[in-house]
Amino acid sequence: MQLTNRSVHVVNKKMNFWERIYLPAILKGMSITIRHFFMKPATVKYPDQHREFAPVFRGWHVLKRDEQGRENCTACGLCAVACPAEAITMVAEEREKGEEHLYKEEKYAAVYEINMLRCIFCGLCEEACPKEAIFLTDRIVPSDYARDGFIFGKDMLVEGTTPDKRIDVTKRQKHVQEPKWASETAK
Amino acid sequence: MSIFLLFVFAVVVEKMILIVVLFTITLGVAAYSTYGERKIAAFMQDRIGPDRAGPWGLLQPIADGVKMFTKEDFMPNQAEKWLYILAPGAFIFVACMTSAVIPWGTQLTLFGGSIDLQVTNINIGILYIMGFVSLGVYGIMIGGWASNNKYSLYGAIRASSQMISYELAMGLALISVVMISGSLSLRDIAEQQTGFGWNIIYQPLGFIIFFTCALAECNRAPFDMAECETELIGGYHTEYSSMKLGFFLFAEYINMFISCAVISTLYFGGYNFPGLDPAWLGGLMGPIVLFAKIFFFIFVFMWIRWTLPRFRYDQLMHLGWKSLIPLAILNMVLTGGGILLFGN
Amino acid sequence: MTLAIFLTLAVVSVFFSLLMVFTKNPIHSVLYLILTFFSIAAHYILLNAQFLAVVHIIVYAGAIMVLFLFVLMLLNLNKDTEPQKSVGWKFAAAIAAGLLLLTFLGALKGSIQLQQVANADPAVGLVKNLGTVLFRDFVVPFEIAGILFLAAMVGAVLVGKRDLKI
Repeated sequence: MQLTNRSVHVVNKKMNFWERIYLPAILKGMSITIRHFFMKPATVKYPDQHREFAPVFRGWHVLKRDEQGRENCTACGLCAVACPAEAITMVAEEREKGEEHLYKEEKYAAVYEINMLRCIFCGLCEEACPKEAIFLTDRIVPSDYARDGFIFGKDMLVEGTTPDKRIDVTKRQKHVQEPKWASETAK
Repeated sequence: MSIFLLFVFAVVVEKMILIVVLFTITLGVAAYSTYGERKIAAFMQDRIGPDRAGPWGLLQPIADGVKMFTKEDFMPNQAEKWLYILAPGAFIFVACMTSAVIPWGTQLTLFGGSIDLQVTNINIGILYIMGFVSLGVYGIMIGGWASNNKYSLYGAIRASSQMISYELAMGLALISVVMISGSLSLRDIAEQQTGFGWNIIYQPLGFIIFFTCALAECNRAPFDMAECETELIGGYHTEYSSMKLGFFLFAEYINMFISCAVISTLYFGGYNFPGLDPAWLGGLMGPIVLFAKIFFFIFVFMWIRWTLPRFRYDQLMHLGWKSLIPLAILNMVLTGGGILLFGN
Repeated sequence: MTLAIFLTLAVVSVFFSLLMVFTKNPIHSVLYLILTFFSIAAHYILLNAQFLAVVHIIVYAGAIMVLFLFVLMLLNLNKDTEPQKSVGWKFAAAIAAGLLLLTFLGALKGSIQLQQVANADPAVGLVKNLGTVLFRDFVVPFEIAGILFLAAMVGAVLVGKRDLKI
């Protein structure tokens, strides 16, 4: 059975004179390498330049704030339920008076942790979230020496309030579509 | 008497300056060969290569040197202490010695005087080079054996058997050149190739044999069986670290530089180029032409290294003993016949 | 000046030869032998025979000694595995060597008068003169030696060939 049409049948035939003196083959190889010598390098100088990721890339999570800088997350726990790797834990708390500028809803996540070593970056939390609070971004999770460093708390997940610290997730928002069954049941 | 002493003193000082300049150039070229090697490898693989240290990574060799010097100098417990230390020194010493007989140009006119651009013009220049090439094996062998490591010993044995095998073909190819020029002095050989009379025209086969052997003698790919990372974890310098390792690597680049100089001198007219008088620019034209040729050949060496895969060991021995030596003998017979038929 | 250099070289070569004989480790022995060859090559240069000096280094130091070193490294000889000959063998060897020395002395006695060679042509050791002598005056012995080596080579190939059908 042939899986591809690229398979080559191996023939152990005797080499002829030109093959035996190696030189034509060597010159052929050298012509190939010299052609590559003048080609444009394919390198992206990583820390200086970043390669653009595909829109479906799923990396470091972000907990979004709304336009007024209030956290979207209401600690409903749907993401934690949806998570197949059980990487998300949270502690919910009620919003006190005077904290309306901090949290959008009456309930909020006092502790929100994602274990990045467990996370499989499937994006189900993003799909489960009813409040558009969690998104997977195109940032790469940094490395660390110990396991503790991979449990990301709110300090690592919630985006900043100032405009330059906001994290753009428009690409993800476009990409995340409502699941088919949702629209069907709505009808 | 005092005038005579002064003359002797002047000659000694002149030669000393020449030797120091030559050493500096040799070491500089060897250092930048490492940079060139990495850059050429990168370009051939569609990469950029070192570009962090200085503009275009030009300070990379210096960074490498500093790294080599500051690394831990490790010695295996069971190593033969003195031989282990001696080996890299012997290797780099032998590599440096060969540059003495290569004619870098005709004469340099400086401050009204003239300086011979050759450290010593002994009448057996080629044999001198062959002698030192054959001694190059000792550094490797002693280093490999003294490390007390199986891989090192394998590397050393491979290196030495390879070098002995290819020395024969190399010597036989050289004999044809000597037959044409009728002299063993490199200066005479270079002087005979003025204009277009390069030896490559009369010795194409000899050149190919010599070039192949030069690759093998320098332990460079496709003949780098001695250090073959995939099989021997680095071969004879497996147990070496710090600047001792640096000496081994450096000496290989020096060897490559000298081999390219010898190839240029023997087959490509040395400091001669049609239309360019080596006496121009106060004698600097000769070295410029020679160095252009040397750099071209260094490039070819690297080009080959980044093109061809490594030979298998039995293939290497077959090539050396069953192809190159008979071909070299055939070349010798043909050259003799040619000289007999057409005169000189 | 020349005498001083000669004496230094002579002392050096004798010193290294003695070291070669008396070191226990065979590898060190070979390395000392190589140093001895170098000092002998220096003697040749002192006699203005550069060709002989370089050929001496290429052939002995560069090829033969490498093979010696090769074999010794592979055998990995050391004190534990050194074969111990009995006293009788040692005695016999000493007597045989002494007899050989006596034979040499007897053969050389009277046949050689030490001659002053300082007046000889100083250029006799250069390639040109050596070649002329070798290919004009001694061409027959030279060719015979060549045939001898060829025969030895053929023999080596025959021995080295694996499945030989004669």
